[in-house]
This record gives sequence, structure tokens and C-alpha cells, in this order.
Amino acid sequence: MENVEKVKQLLVVSASPHIRAKKNTSVAMRVVIGALVPALAYATYLFGTRVLIITGLSILSAVGFEALMQKMLGRKITITDGSAVLTGLLLAFNLPPGVPWWIPVAGSGFAVVFAKQLFGGLGYNFINPALAGRAFLMASWPSLMTKAWLEPVGGTLSGIDGITAATPLSLLKNPENYGDPQIIISQLNDIDAIRNAFFGKIGGCIGETSVLLLLLGGLFLLFLKIVDYRIIAGYLGSFALLAWLLPTKGSVLFHLFSGGLILGAFFMATDWVTSPVTTKGRWVFGIGCGVITMIIRVWGGYPEGVSYSILLMNVFTPLIDRVTRERVFGQMPKKGVKK
Amino acid sequence: MFSRFAGGVHPPERKDTSDSSVEVMAAPKKVYVPFSQHTGKPAKPLIKKGDEVRIGMKIGEPDGLISAAVHASISGKVVDIVDHPHPVTGMSLCCVIEGDDTEDWVSDLQSDLNIEGLSKGQLLDAITQAGIVGLGGAAFPSHVKLSPPKGKDIDTLIINGCECEPILTADHRLMMEQSEAVIEGAQIFQKILGAASLVFGIEDNKSDAIRIFRDRGVRVLALKTKYPQGAEKQLIKAILKREVPRGGLPMDVGCVVHNVGTCQAAFMAVKFRKPLIDRIVTVAGDGVRENKNVLVRIGTPVRDVIDFCGGYTGKPKMIISGGPMMGIAQYADDVPVIKGTSGILVWNEITTVEPGPCVRCASCVDACPMGLMPTEIYGLVSNKKFDMAKEYGVLDCIECGCCAYVCPSAIPLVHYFKYGKNEVWRMSKK
Ligand code: SF4
Ligand code: SF4
Repeated sequence: MENVEKVKQLLVVSASPHIRAKKNTSVAMRVVIGALVPALAYATYLFGTRVLIITGLSILSAVGFEALMQKMLGRKITITDGSAVLTGLLLAFNLPPGVPWWIPVAGSGFAVVFAKQLFGGLGYNFINPALAGRAFLMASWPSLMTKAWLEPVGGTLSGIDGITAATPLSLLKNPENYGDPQIIISQLNDIDAIRNAFFGKIGGCIGETSVLLLLLGGLFLLFLKIVDYRIIAGYLGSFALLAWLLPTKGSVLFHLFSGGLILGAFFMATDWVTSPVTTKGRWVFGIGCGVITMIIRVWGGYPEGVSYSILLMNVFTPLIDRVTRERVFGQMPKKGVKK
Repeated sequence: MFSRFAGGVHPPERKDTSDSSVEVMAAPKKVYVPFSQHTGKPAKPLIKKGDEVRIGMKIGEPDGLISAAVHASISGKVVDIVDHPHPVTGMSLCCVIEGDDTEDWVSDLQSDLNIEGLSKGQLLDAITQAGIVGLGGAAFPSHVKLSPPKGKDIDTLIINGCECEPILTADHRLMMEQSEAVIEGAQIFQKILGAASLVFGIEDNKSDAIRIFRDRGVRVLALKTKYPQGAEKQLIKAILKREVPRGGLPMDVGCVVHNVGTCQAAFMAVKFRKPLIDRIVTVAGDGVRENKNVLVRIGTPVRDVIDFCGGYTGKPKMIISGGPMMGIAQYADDVPVIKGTSGILVWNEITTVEPGPCVRCASCVDACPMGLMPTEIYGLVSNKKFDMAKEYGVLDCIECGCCAYVCPSAIPLVHYFKYGKNEVWRMSKK
């Protein structure tokens, strides 16, 4: 007790609470990136090292454009938060493996510059940058984006033997272009084709092939509560229900395992920034994604529909948040929620 | 487990002092007794500079309906009545008493009264005279809570033994060491309120306390350990499944909640006419040598309490009055312990994180026990849209800190909400 010095104090006086949970934004971003690595490794095996070049270019240019924009706009450079890396990675996952090198650069550039930084940067963008980048590429170079497929090692692009020119979903949309529609459709819904899709012996965009690996990564995020189960359950649930109800030629499993649905539901619809914050809103958002995806697949001009449905729901997110407010504790039912 | 409230968080409990018995700290040389230690108006000073006071002498009397008496906590001389740092309000008028090293009590302290025959009015008066306030932290004058207006029938008295703040164990120790006084105090409250039932709510991480109270024949509900289980409205919801309406009080749903410490203090007030002059404080953290529970006189400077616990271990970076979730970080260690001080935390090691932008992760929405949307209110307050913030329920915020605890961007949300509330109140006064 004698050596108790009078502490000349320079104490930190911050607001309560004085302890914080460990979760922080950049760690969460890194975990999401980690959850996607198995799928990336597998895609490299399927389509060759080209995948790594495309993905690397996509990430590098996302990070580069982010730094450049932040410098130009006089913002703090935050490229270490991992969000640009994730945007680049997700964009690459949504590209066909055979695209030329400048495609990922242009896509990431659009994603980061127009969809993210011009809106104010992380947290202020209202649409998912990676999906915006992909939509931009689809609109500008449609043929590259829908044709630059590569044959996977040990499988076919379509997942069924003998047909190598189309992805399963475009095959489902126009089977008559490739042979006897009856036979093709039954082959597509056959357990073998479904198994190929699940394990990823199938072509498609870089990151969407192996349902199994995506599911493992996605469940890991769900377990860590980094992604919200309501969005995923709403999306997959409504989607599966409609796949069963609507007049589509594919089976429920076929639809669930194709066209990047798992990638979209677990990794893109759940993007924090662009999905609703209310509990009810997250259900609405997920269900909306599922319904729109299925409508596009059945009646739309594109075979898959995942990215457009999410983008569309991104646009509705502010509205959803406004109309699905939380019930405040002690708020009496009925006479609540005034406008 | 019992019907839960929505939201809440599970911070590490770190209740390392739960086995250390309360140590009595001798009267310090000097105390700084603020006239405002409670919700409501400060007490009116009854003494002047130079007056001799004895322990337990009333030095301030309630001013108006919502106010409480304050008493001298040591025997000696009033050397000043002056503004002095205050752990909650920043600055407040204090009575500075210099001790005379005696333990002389004011003459009318009684020993062991027979309290059986006292009427409700007499009981309430004893509690008012003793300056009892809620010892759980909010320091609401107890006699006010015990006098619900006509027409508000109270059927249930809930005694709060949750102590859901991490690290703090003062209430736990009190329940272990003075269960009888706590129970008798609770029964006094029950009698005053005419409540048909009395129930203790204790978190299930304190199974020893639960056992002791059950053995003594009172009704105890073991509640899930979850922060903020001890918040009044959440506790009522968990125990009675009743929801206090927005802007309402527990009495609106027929119940009253008192903290276990308040019960014990009220019992001492009624049985011995002992005013509230000391309280149990949990002293903890890497910045103080001995972590323990200490019975401290009201008005004792925090520095003296730390000395009693072996002093600082190094250069403290943060001193908190209260718990880690809702306590208030102090500018210096000369602030006194007041009636609502449940803990003193001294930390050498702290991690400060730069706040980032809100990434709309919704963690705060999931964590808020009041069903608010902290991210929205934060946006509204920082854009100075106070009327909208009010509509989104900023006034419903209980400042529990769950939202800021989980926020991955380390945004000091509670800070914004306190500011927002003040602005809303200011606007409505105009
Ligand atoms: S501090 Fe307020 S807004 Fe934050 S969780 Fe607690 S009640 Fe909700
Ligand atoms: S927890 Fe923080 S980052 Fe997440 S939505 Fe709430 S305020 Fe925004």
C-alpha cells in the first residue's frame, strides 16, 4: 500500500458499454472469404489455373479501384477491411471461366466505382457491388458472359453425357436446340445429373459448380451467425415451393442445385449492407428473392435468375425496412405503427 | 427455462469475486457526500460549513415528491459544501466531512426494534427517513416506488437478484451472506404494497443463492443467465409474462420490482433505524491489486477504496463506476462512491477500436431487448432528425448497451442514444 502513487490521470472516458463482442467487420469479411476458398480451389481443379488468374485480376482490380476512388474522394483508405477483396472474389465467382482477362477488371471497376464508392462506400451502397458488376458485364458483353464456358475436368458443361454446349439451365430452357427435348429433360432430372451438380462435376460460372462445397461454407457462416438464417430459409424455402408448384420442366432438386442458387442464397442475398435489418424484413427479402428467381426461370428471358432477383430485392430493401419495423417492447398490438 | 424476453447478449460473466466475502472498509478520513445520489431532485442541505455531524445524521432532506434524504456516513466536521466531481452527473454539490476517527452514531439509532406491529405508514416513513433508494443502479427513491397512486393495484412484488452485469458480484455476496435481511426487507415491501405474491428472480448462474433462498421458503424463479435479465421490464416479462406498455411503469401491469440490496437496506432502516450510509461495492479489474467485495461508506473517494484493495497495479487506463455494460467511465479517481455504485472497475489494459461505418449487419436489431432498430436510430440521431428518432423509439432505449456490445463496426451507439434522448426531451420542453 505504501507505493500507491497518486495517479495523475489520463483516463480513457468512453461511452458504455466498456466491453465488446469479438465480432468485427473485417474479421467477418475474412471469414466469408475463407468460406469461399474451398469452392475456388475446386474450380481451379475443374477449369485449370486460368481460374486463379481471373479471380486474382478481379480481386486486385476491386482493391485497386477502391484505393484509387478513396484517394480521389479524400476518404480514408480502407482496403484492409476485406470488403473489396470479397467483392472481387464474388464477382469472379459469377463469371464464366473462359472470359478474357479484361472482363473481371471491367466488372470489378464498375462494382467498386459505381455501385459502391459513388454511393458513399461500404455501408452506403444499396445494391450488392459484385452483382451490379456482373449485371453491367451481362448488359455490355452478353455473348461473352453467356458463352465463355469451359468443359470441366471429368464431366460435361451440362452435367449430362454427350451434351457439351450448354449449361443445365439453358438446356432446360431450350432443349429442342440440342436434341430430343423429352430425353434431355429426363436426363437433366435424372439422379446422375443431380449428383453431378451436387458434387460439381459440371460446368458453369467459376464459383457455382460444387453445391457441396458451397453448402459447407455457407453452413459454416450460418453457424457463426455471420449470415442470417431467415434470408437463406426464406429464399430456399419459397424457391423450392415454387419449383414444385410452377410448371417447370426441372425437378425441385435440379433447380436447387443449378444456376448458382446456393451461392446466391448463402453468400450474396445475405450481404449485410444490402439486405433488410428488421427480422420480418429479412424473411420478406429472402422470400422475394426466391419468388423472383423462380419467375425468371419459368417465364423470363434468362435461364438462371439468381443475380437479378437479388439485385431487384436490394432495391426494395429500404422500403422493406420501412414497412416491417420491429415491434417495440411494450407496444400494444393494433394501435401501434403510425406512419 | 422461464419465458424469455427477446434479444439480449451473453457477454463473458467473469464473476471471479463471487466467492470472496464482503470485507468491511473502515471509515475514510474524508467523505464527499453528494446531495444528489438518486433520480429526481437533489436533497436540500440541512447543515452548514463547520457543523459537527455523527454517523447517520441526516444532512439533506428530500426536496419535493421524487427525492431522497442523505446522511452523514462518518462522524466528524463539515469542512465544506462545494461542487465536486460526481460519478454520474459529472459535478454535483457535495457535503465534505472530515472524520474525527470516532464511530459515534447519531443518538436516535435504535437497536433491534420490534417491527411486527408497525403500520404501513410507519414502515414507509422509516424507509423515507433512511434515504433508501434503488441500489441496483438507477437509484430511484424507494418510498416513491412503494407508494403507487390510487387505482394501481400491485399484485406481485418482484425482487431482483439477477445481477446480470458481468464482473459484479456485490448482490450475489449480499444474498449469500445476508439472505435473512434481504427476505425480511422484501416482506416489509410486500406489506407496504399489499402485494399478494412475492417472488425472487435470480439468474441460474447463482445456484448457491437460489438454493439458500429456496431453503428459507420464499418463491424463487431461476432465470436464464442472459444480459439484461435484470432490467426491470425484461425481468417482469420473464417472470410474469407481462409487458410494461411503452412509456409506462411496472405498476401499470400490477407489479413493483426492487433490488435485493434495496431490501436489505430497507430492513436495516426499519429494524435498526439505520440510514443508508454504506453499500457493498465490487472492486475488480487488472488495474487494482485485490479484486473483492467491499462494504464502503457512501461518499468515500474511489481512490481510497482502491487503496483499501491494495492500490493500483500500474497505470490505470480506465476507471468505471458501475458494471462493464452500463457503468460510467470516470475522468479521475476522486469521485465518491454513491448509493448507486455497484462496482468500481480499474483497467490497465483496454482495447479501443476506431468506429467504422454501419454495415447494416442487423446484429444490433437482433440484440436489442427493447425491440428497437439501433442502426436506424443511430442514423437519425447523427443526422439530427430527433423527431424521427423519437418515433423510432429512442425514448424506449434502456441504455443497456447490447447493441453497441455486438456492433462489428464498434459504433458507440449508446452514446448517440443518450444524446438523442436529451435532445428529444429538450425539444419537448420548448
Ligand atoms: S442500448 Fe437501447 S437500443 Fe441499444 S440494445 Fe439497449 S435498449 Fe436497445
Ligand atoms: S450492429 Fe453496428 S454495424 Fe451492425 S447494423 Fe447495427 S449499427 Fe450497423
